[in-house]
Amino acid sequence: MQQETNNSTPNVQEASSPAQVAPVVLPGNVAGTTGKVQSQWKAQLSQITSNTRMMIGIGILLFFILVGLVGPLFARYDPHTLTNDLFQAPSATHWLGTTQKGEDIFARLVYGTRVSLLISFTAAAGSTLLSVLIGLLAGYSGGWVDDVLSFITNIFLVLPGMPLAIVVASFAVKGAWTIILVLLFTSWPWGARVLRAQTLSMRQREFVTAARTLGEKPWRIILFEILPNEIAIVASSFVGTFIFAALSEVALEFLGLGDVSEPSWGVILYWAQTDGALMTGGWWQFVPPGLCVALLCAGLTFINFGIDELANPTLRNERRLARRKKKVA
Amino acid sequence: MRHLLRRIAFYLAALWASVTINFILPRLMPGDPVQAYVNRLRGQGTITQATLDAIRLQLGVSNDPLWIQYFHYLGNLLRGELGIATSHFPTPVVQVIATDLPWTIGLVGVASIISFLLGTLLGVVVSWKRNSWVDTVVTPLLTFFSAIPYFWLALGLLYIFSFNMGIFPLGGGYDALSDIYPGWNLDFILSVLLHAILPALTVVISSISGWVLGMRNAMVTTLSEDYVLLARAKGLPERRVMFTYAARNAILPNITGLGMSLGFVVGGALLTEMVFSYPGIGFDLLTAIRGFDYSLIQGIFLMIAIAMLTANFLSDIVYALLDPRVRHERG
Repeated sequence: MQQETNNSTPNVQEASSPAQVAPVVLPGNVAGTTGKVQSQWKAQLSQITSNTRMMIGIGILLFFILVGLVGPLFARYDPHTLTNDLFQAPSATHWLGTTQKGEDIFARLVYGTRVSLLISFTAAAGSTLLSVLIGLLAGYSGGWVDDVLSFITNIFLVLPGMPLAIVVASFAVKGAWTIILVLLFTSWPWGARVLRAQTLSMRQREFVTAARTLGEKPWRIILFEILPNEIAIVASSFVGTFIFAALSEVALEFLGLGDVSEPSWGVILYWAQTDGALMTGGWWQFVPPGLCVALLCAGLTFINFGIDELANPTLRNERRLARRKKKVA
Repeated sequence: MRHLLRRIAFYLAALWASVTINFILPRLMPGDPVQAYVNRLRGQGTITQATLDAIRLQLGVSNDPLWIQYFHYLGNLLRGELGIATSHFPTPVVQVIATDLPWTIGLVGVASIISFLLGTLLGVVVSWKRNSWVDTVVTPLLTFFSAIPYFWLALGLLYIFSFNMGIFPLGGGYDALSDIYPGWNLDFILSVLLHAILPALTVVISSISGWVLGMRNAMVTTLSEDYVLLARAKGLPERRVMFTYAARNAILPNITGLGMSLGFVVGGALLTEMVFSYPGIGFDLLTAIRGFDYSLIQGIFLMIAIAMLTANFLSDIVYALLDPRVRHERG
């Protein structure tokens, strides 16, 4: 009961042999001295730092995390305070202008960064956890457990995610937790499907057979033998879900399905739309939050490219070869 | 045949799941849809117990045991009764959706096909010029495009081209204020086209990167095949090698993708329609959300789910027809 048509992360799926996933394998799984392990960590770190796209992505992500953490300290206004400056264009006093009600947009934006990041991160983390749980359990158990779990996964895969999220959110109590749960509820099947397929092939490998022969318990085999070998896929599925969550969170809140009294990127856009900022020329109300989302998601996409390249040496070598070819020419 | 039957069973189960989600949600959530509805009616006269009961009946919320309600609900669905759209009172949900569908399918369908054609072509070009400036500029640019929330792109286009420059209308499906009558006359068609350009552009820009990158990746694989080398060695013109040898063999995944994306036509551009006040499914979904019109929200979700499932099913069949391995493996 597998679907061939929905290949969302082809590169990751291609990385099927353990040799290909090797660079990102946790050192705990490799027999060796501490020295070896340490040098391996160093080698991995240098591999990550030498990957330009990965570093750009990580840089962008760190920037937003920093803004979310300390940004509100730099804002000169409280994001909820209604000042007397109504609907002002960006100026020295209000760096990004104000809303129709006089709220400072810069303050709302940096505060909203915190809210948006927290919501999408929590949703992505929860969703990844769920997909790891279901994917590994289904892939390792086989039999009716696999049949049932795969069936549920496939059903969720064919149901339209965003409309489902809208329906659920419109019935639920409005708030951050609703958004998190709705996103979690609609985003887990992609990761689960990829992980199940990967686990299915892992189960046949010799090291798993060896562990089973030695009498290791199933949960131990799943967690300590198979999972470390799938870290690259888990990471890339987490980042992918993070992107989905960030985009959908903004969309749901733009529709007014979130808590519209707490400023987040989507809520700023919601009020811009509701107050008709567009039709009165208030570009400063909707440009900044949208740019932030786009930048964050582009950064996350770069991180995912980086993970692909780390986990799949053929991609990396293709680049290196191309570079070498250029040098020769 | 067995494969086909299994797929049919699967999609029926998926349909059942979406119908059941639709049934359970309003009963699971703390908000009472009847109460929400009544709150909206306040100020339009007093509400008697009889009215309340009538609303209850109409929304399908009753005091019967849950399983009886469930069968009532299924029966209504089979008869095509999705209730009354309270935001369009007293039009039935089915009728609202039927009016919306041509707009949505026309706009998003045409835009999706344009995006597919353009994107696939661009993918061929980019892969042919791999590692030249075209590839190094276009590929990251497309990555950034795909990261933009598409409704925000819509807001931007609307602001620049409609509000600032005044080239395009600010919203709607056609110019309803002037004396244009919907029908097969030139004025109406021109007006519809003018109104569709910006929303269609949004759909194309936000979906094109998938086609380009997909085609590029598939092309990279086929370009290293021996038959492409042979074609080149034979001294065939570049364009011939590119299209009849490499692209022809690389296009299969994109064609399957087209099948899937046609399933997204109904529900894929909800927010674009909302921003442009385009008279399709998306805009009515917004009206429904704002007006707590639960029957319409559910009806639209069901409609989108059916479209998705049908498209998935059709592309499954096409895939099995094109690739015999799929058929036999399942037997």
